[in-house]
Amino acid sequence: MDPVIIDAARLTTRQINANLRELPDGARAVITEPRGRHNLAVGLTNKIEITIDGNAGYYIGGLGDGPDITVNGFTGWGIGENLMSGVIRVKGSVSQSAAASAHGGLIVVEGDASLRAGISFKGATLAIAGDAGNLTGFMAQAGTILIGGDAGEALGDSLYEAVIYVAGDIASLGADARFSDLTEDDVTAVKALCGQAGFTHISPEDVTKVDSARQLYHFTSAHASAY
Amino acid sequence: MPNHTFPPQVIADVHALADLGRYQIRGFGARRAVPNFDDLVFLTASASRYPLEGYRESCETRTLLGARHGAIPIDLAIPITIAGMSFGALSAQAKQALGAAASEVGTSTTTGDGGMTDEERTASKTLVYQCLPSRYGFRPDHLRAADAIEIVIGQGAKPGGGGMLLGQKVGPRVAGMRALPEGIDQRSASRHPDWTGPDDLRIKIEEFREATHGEKPIYVKLGATRVDHDVKLAVAAGADVVVVDGMQGGTGATQDSFIENAGIPTLAAVRLAAEALRELGLEREVQLIVSGGIRTGADVAKALALGADAVSIGIAALLALGCNRASYRSGPVDVDVTADYAKLGTKPGECSACHTGACPVGITTQDDLLAQRLDAEFAAHRVANYLRALTMEVTMLARACGKSDVHNLEPEDLAALTIEAAAMAKVPLAGTDWIPGAGG
Repeated sequence: MDPVIIDAARLTTRQINANLRELPDGARAVITEPRGRHNLAVGLTNKIEITIDGNAGYYIGGLGDGPDITVNGFTGWGIGENLMSGVIRVKGSVSQSAAASAHGGLIVVEGDASLRAGISFKGATLAIAGDAGNLTGFMAQAGTILIGGDAGEALGDSLYEAVIYVAGDIASLGADARFSDLTEDDVTAVKALCGQAGFTHISPEDVTKVDSARQLYHFTSAHASAY
Repeated sequence: MPNHTFPPQVIADVHALADLGRYQIRGFGARRAVPNFDDLVFLTASASRYPLEGYRESCETRTLLGARHGAIPIDLAIPITIAGMSFGALSAQAKQALGAAASEVGTSTTTGDGGMTDEERTASKTLVYQCLPSRYGFRPDHLRAADAIEIVIGQGAKPGGGGMLLGQKVGPRVAGMRALPEGIDQRSASRHPDWTGPDDLRIKIEEFREATHGEKPIYVKLGATRVDHDVKLAVAAGADVVVVDGMQGGTGATQDSFIENAGIPTLAAVRLAAEALRELGLEREVQLIVSGGIRTGADVAKALALGADAVSIGIAALLALGCNRASYRSGPVDVDVTADYAKLGTKPGECSACHTGACPVGITTQDDLLAQRLDAEFAAHRVANYLRALTMEVTMLARACGKSDVHNLEPEDLAALTIEAAAMAKVPLAGTDWIPGAGG
């Protein structure tokens, strides 16, 4: 079936999302001329394939629970925020708070990610081909983050049960984050994730694993200097 | 000679800090004396104003909220709502009882940190779904299932701070909903993860409108600090309803020093917020809900007179459920639990040990045995009674002021008993025409 073409230049965001919402499962749609538009393809539950053909703004695919989305460009803050399921792939780089509070699904960034990617992460998977900015994985509770390039300062600050793999250098770890031994299960997981993401530049056996030292889970006065 | 710098309570506090090595954590709101609604009186009708017959003429209490941007408005029978309190801080039974009571009298309840429970959604005919910085348990299907959405920027008990839920209350169900390890001391974020300033908030609000077909009113809740600026920014970001929570507002658990030393009194906040809306030309178009230490129908009436469209109650609703009672109801029997209060180092009427999770009357707990002490049906009956009583008090005062609608109460109906209250509420000191600070 040919994809439905949605010309963003001629429609309001509400109209674009309404058109997407009405598509049956299995349908495909291409949004042309997005021109940095915010809130495209948010809150959708139908299992459709959406291509956004250009750069887009904040919260693309946010609150999604069904569609697969490809962005042929860059995006603003909060790509895939609070995602529940589905795959979001960004061909370019993304701005701050990518995949914030995402519960499920996979977010693939083929370029770099700015500050706080995976903040408040709640079980999704985030794969960044390039570099990730400061405070990536800040307060990440559950899920997996893979960084194909370098990680900035305070990686994994206040981590809970999420796990971060980094192929490049790490500027510094945040509070309660620690380097952890890479197991065979980790290598298998990274290999599978690279396959899903289409990343061929990462050697799964050579990534660095970061997880929580779990020293701040219980509140005591001894922690005052940790923050 | 009494020591005003180190009275016995301060000495006890110093000893406690020395023992703990950290700040003290507790529930409830500010205990300190601050100017409040008790410092105002109504100038009811006399020769120059005509009252309505108290038992014969009607007085409207219906309250519509959130229609500014075309959403389906929240249509309440009374101007008193139940404030956001989490499942986690409260037991599932307590949330269910609040929902049943609110539904019985025609008002709304509000979720809290940690998400929406099925029991709450079922019990509450009108349910406001909070979006908090932690995003614990925040789900798009619940967003769609809600009747309105409240983006929480701050809370009166701890404006600028995140919530706490100590490990003893992070049981299996709470932990599962919040995607946290069971039993950890949960400390919520104080900033939202995916936006910072008001320009971002505007886009965030639009995202929620997109995700809900524009049908849900969007509330923005603020802890009362820089009220004028914050209300104007919330409105500029697209809020349909602004909720302002004064420093007497309650919490399930936070630092005592935060509760007592941050934010401004509700009395000052309500007038500042109302004036901000008036300056924008949006009075009544953007509705104002005020909370923080509302206890009586007189408090409600005074808040409405100062410009609120509705109020929210939290602690008072818990008290109506049975919080701080010496006993809980088990069938026809009242079971005394004074000894359980004593184990917490407190007693009925003075307890604020919500943070411990060992609530003797089963309200602020996740312990199944303790939670069973709350008879949800009986407790709901009490809360509904309380809400009805508040409403009767409000309409009684409104009729005496000659108003056929409680929303027609106005500052001109009030006088202040103290200079401080006169300055904050911007009504004359009783017996004078003096409003401190007015007229330059």
